[in-house]
Amino acid sequence: MDSEVLRNIFQLTISGLAVGSIYSLVALGFVIIYKATDIFNFAQGELMILGAFICYFFIVHLHIPIFWAFLLTFIAAAIIGLVTEELFFKPMVGEPIFSVIMVTIGLSVFLKGITGFSWGYMIKKFPAFVSEAPVSFSGFVISPAHLVTIIVAGVLFVIFALFFKFSTLGIGMRAVANDQDASLLMGISVRKIFGLSWAISSVVAAIGGILLSSITYLHPSLGMLGIKVFPAVVLGGLDSVMGAIVGGIIIGIVENIAGGYLGGDVKEITSFVILIAILMIRPYGLFGKEEIERV
Amino acid sequence: MRSGDFKVSYKEDIAILQTGFVKICIAFFIIALIGAVLVSDNYFVYIINLCAIATIGALGLNLLTGFTGQISVGHAGFLAIGAYSSAKLVEAGLPLLLALPAAGFIATICGLLVGVPSLKLKGLYLAITTFAFGFIVEHVANAWVSLTNGANGITVVPANVFGLSFDTDRGFFFLVFPITVVAVIYARNLARSKPGRAWIAIRDRDIAAETMGINLCWYKLSAFAASSFFGGVAGALYAHYMQFIGPNHFELYLSVQYLAMIIIGGLGSILGSIFGAVFMTILPEMLKYLPDLLRENYPVVVERFADINLILYGLIIMLFVIIEPKGLNGIWNNAKTYWRMWPYTH
Repeated sequence: MDSEVLRNIFQLTISGLAVGSIYSLVALGFVIIYKATDIFNFAQGELMILGAFICYFFIVHLHIPIFWAFLLTFIAAAIIGLVTEELFFKPMVGEPIFSVIMVTIGLSVFLKGITGFSWGYMIKKFPAFVSEAPVSFSGFVISPAHLVTIIVAGVLFVIFALFFKFSTLGIGMRAVANDQDASLLMGISVRKIFGLSWAISSVVAAIGGILLSSITYLHPSLGMLGIKVFPAVVLGGLDSVMGAIVGGIIIGIVENIAGGYLGGDVKEITSFVILIAILMIRPYGLFGKEEIERV
Repeated sequence: MRSGDFKVSYKEDIAILQTGFVKICIAFFIIALIGAVLVSDNYFVYIINLCAIATIGALGLNLLTGFTGQISVGHAGFLAIGAYSSAKLVEAGLPLLLALPAAGFIATICGLLVGVPSLKLKGLYLAITTFAFGFIVEHVANAWVSLTNGANGITVVPANVFGLSFDTDRGFFFLVFPITVVAVIYARNLARSKPGRAWIAIRDRDIAAETMGINLCWYKLSAFAASSFFGGVAGALYAHYMQFIGPNHFELYLSVQYLAMIIIGGLGSILGSIFGAVFMTILPEMLKYLPDLLRENYPVVVERFADINLILYGLIIMLFVIIEPKGLNGIWNNAKTYWRMWPYTH
């Protein structure tokens, strides 16, 4: 009996890990924008699903080979990120946080409308790019798509951790996040950094969208996932790449276990209850930097 | 026509209706509105009623977000709580005039619960917390089947006061309009008296406000209480007007709509809340005429009409925040100043 329970929990953990790694990817997008520009992007989920639809469009409607379709999608996503920043967020530099949040909420509604208008609400199947036969390790089952997701999330995590730590651009982005005026004085082009972080974040979102829709299906409502990632980002800490990954995975696993034992409705709210608890106890998250307010 | 601000006493400066001209205008407006309701068709009255309900909800959100600066992305949660409470209370036999404030108070209790994190969190973190609250309420409404009948929704008893039934559009107007007027006056009084000034001080600089002796805990919580009370009453009125409510009436989208109202109308302004509520209620109704014009040439527009609505909402919210952060109220004030001084610029 005991080993049965343990086994069950382990299986739930493994499938939770796969969902969690997608959360991590979307959370990574949040963190990149937040780290550089101090903007918490409510539209991240919509950017994600837009990326997935663009990729779908390239593959299914234009019959572009999968590799090139991915590449084109990333380019398109980067352009979307740049344009968004240029049009809607450049004018908001220095505005109060409330206004900036409202622009991102407006953006999310806007993008949702664009996606729905362009592709409609029929459930679509994303063309498979890995084999669909489940892989099993000593009795625990995982689909290859999930496995790919976990690997991609891991690779991206390493890349971005190194990027922020060692590359000039990454350090520049951190500097801008820390103090815009000082980084301007140090000769960092704040405008360029802002555009760049939106482009990168948008590409990461697109990767997340493609992986998510290949695991499940393609539908505008998947953008809701962006919302479900909030708890992950907050748990990890808003400005920590490491936090995004760990937070995403923890939330994915906890949610899956809660869903497995307490039912679907509980699954939906678990992460948000966790979210409120974290905000009360440790608002800067596991790995985030504690903000100190000077009077 | 007044030509400038010449106040000789403090009392005059904070008066609700500042000049005789304004009094005449407002009296004229109310008479015109009632007249219009009496002679026009049901559709027009329906819109007016929705505007009135939205006004109450928007006032509540504006007290919290516009005046106190506490971002709430979960206003729909309070509306939902008010709506379900009132529906259940009236069903249990409580008269409507008691059920409305009772629904408001139940929403207030929840508002206080949500307000507690605000003592510690601000800005972005508070936005996420209220957002989570809205999300949780929506899902509880879905899951608590014994109370809410889940996603199927419940039918609500039509409004009935002292044996008078207010179940027609026109009848409901005479219930909702006085309540809205009371709500507007109450909100205005809150805003111009001590709580309102304390809220504004907290919004502008909370630490400075605290050093000046404003009790942050008390005033932040009171802002949440006031806001959720208005939200609860608006939700209750909505429930009795529609006579049917379900969790999908109170989605995240509704919270965004209310935020859009106060941004478009003008943050921290009572008049702005009214402008915004009316604008956001009328806009989708106006847009309904769009498909008729385009049906022949662009059938896709008709088919994907809801998405066009979304696109426009998103654009309007972003453009107002970027271009006219003071909202319609700011435009209105500028226009007034312009005409008052006309043709001189100073």
